[in-house]
Amino acid sequence: MSALTLGHFLGLGALLFCISVAGIFINRKNVIILLMAIELMLLAVNINFVAFAYFLGDVAGQVFVFFILTVAAAESAIGLAILVVLFRNRSTINVAEISDMKG
Amino acid sequence: MNVNVGMADLMSLAPELFLLGAALSILMIDLFVSQQRRGLTHFLSLLALVLTAILTLRPHTEEIRVFGGMFVRDGAADLLKVAMLVTMAAVFVYAKPYLRDRGLFVGEFYVLALFGTLGMMLMASSANLLLLYLGLELLALSSYALVALNRDSSLSSEAAMKYFVLGALASGMLLYGMSMVYGATGSLDFGSIHGAASLAYENRNLLVLGVTFIVVGTAFKLGAAPFHMWLPDVYEGSPTAVTLFLASAPKIAAFAMAYRLLGDALGPMALEWQQMLAVLAVLSLAIGNLAAIMQTNLKRMLAYSTVSHIGFLLLGLASGTNDGFAASMFYAITYAIGAAAAFGLIILLARNGREADQIADFSGLNQRNPWYALLMLMVMASMAGVPIWVGFVAKLAVLKAAVGAGLLWLAIVGAVFAVIGAFYYLRVIKVMYFDPPADPEPFALPDDRPFRILLSINGLALLGLGIFAGPLWAWCLEVASR
Repeated sequence: MSALTLGHFLGLGALLFCISVAGIFINRKNVIILLMAIELMLLAVNINFVAFAYFLGDVAGQVFVFFILTVAAAESAIGLAILVVLFRNRSTINVAEISDMKG
Repeated sequence: MNVNVGMADLMSLAPELFLLGAALSILMIDLFVSQQRRGLTHFLSLLALVLTAILTLRPHTEEIRVFGGMFVRDGAADLLKVAMLVTMAAVFVYAKPYLRDRGLFVGEFYVLALFGTLGMMLMASSANLLLLYLGLELLALSSYALVALNRDSSLSSEAAMKYFVLGALASGMLLYGMSMVYGATGSLDFGSIHGAASLAYENRNLLVLGVTFIVVGTAFKLGAAPFHMWLPDVYEGSPTAVTLFLASAPKIAAFAMAYRLLGDALGPMALEWQQMLAVLAVLSLAIGNLAAIMQTNLKRMLAYSTVSHIGFLLLGLASGTNDGFAASMFYAITYAIGAAAAFGLIILLARNGREADQIADFSGLNQRNPWYALLMLMVMASMAGVPIWVGFVAKLAVLKAAVGAGLLWLAIVGAVFAVIGAFYYLRVIKVMYFDPPADPEPFALPDDRPFRILLSINGLALLGLGIFAGPLWAWCLEVASR
């Protein structure tokens, strides 16, 4: 198991983080994909925290992860609620069409 | 870490615990109140804010740290909390006629705003990354829901979605930075991070990466350019009562977050974040002021003006000195008071379900109602930074701090953009006093006496605080010195 170092975990976290940021900015199709990207971003952070907590031998980071997971659940609940309201008003969840306000 | 929760710990948290209890009780009471007697919810919410402020102002001798050092109660926390509570009380009073007119006079507004206030208070008192994050999310989640309060409005739901996605992105960035700082310093506690950061040499790069992400996340939450994209849309799309909320107290909370994170925790990294904040400040001043000139919608104009005010706030933070923090604190508090008055006046003019969010709606206001035209003049003059109004004192303090920290070029940029910014504020004054009114009838004032009285006090306070700025400035200076 000595092959897996902190760097590997941080690399994975960074990769997931980049995928999620790209998902938010490149995606022009579907709002649900945005919600998934946001979720992925929080999970990338969780990997960082768990890896650091393990290699530092400190539990505080792992406790933080539980809080992030809880908040992420609340966040997606609100996100989906807003999505429902949006769909009811516009009958679309296409990102490119959500642009009434500009300037 | 051994955490024994005793009576002393709970007593230090009395204001927060009381507000939590009050918010939960109001949530329950509101269920049993009929729509005709919804004023009860309004009254109880105001009462909760006042009592929380009284509990916050209980004198205490020195800095108190409880719950294993997670929660700190010091002078800065007390001042910021009282400022938040006072602005929130103004928000509730101003929001009432607007909400009632539009059938949005519901308990949810009050309960969500109270939970948001609780989040802000936790942010102001946090001494640990975890508590700061939880306070921030409590505020953010309440705000997302508030923006979508008007469920039938297409613009509202669009604004809520944009706010949600970009706010969640900002939280993600902030958390990523926090994880890096945790990895580099091995602690979530601000004091330990401060200690480790001043010694860290081997983990320096990791720490700098963490600081960068934290600055980006904070800039998103503050609304600093180039991370300001959400601000104009959210301001325009939200019901005005919610814009009023978003524009006032959460700005103080965002300052508190920057103060705790950059000052308390990452003080030793000042050289790194000073440069980033300086760049953000210049961009905010430029983009905010130039974009505001082009707006015809007053809410959008005020959104861009917020961006430029955040630029000034960052100017004080970028100097990184005690004077700088004090100046930014003064700026944040007085800005919140001014913004509350500005949106209060927009609400005053918005009658019978019609919005008054175009600059043209204010044309000839002087002929229709000279007193409220004078109040709007005071708000605009204060925001533009005309001498004797409080906005001038705040700008002067920030610029002085920047010069004192050797950032002369930054102070010059700030002064130049303050002059450019004066243009669009003066345009509103010109429209009110010299343009013919679109509708010459004197408009019907809301029959809500507390609203009219508080709005007048609020407008005059901008003048009063400008002339007698000494006590508030001394208070800021006292609490910001560490």
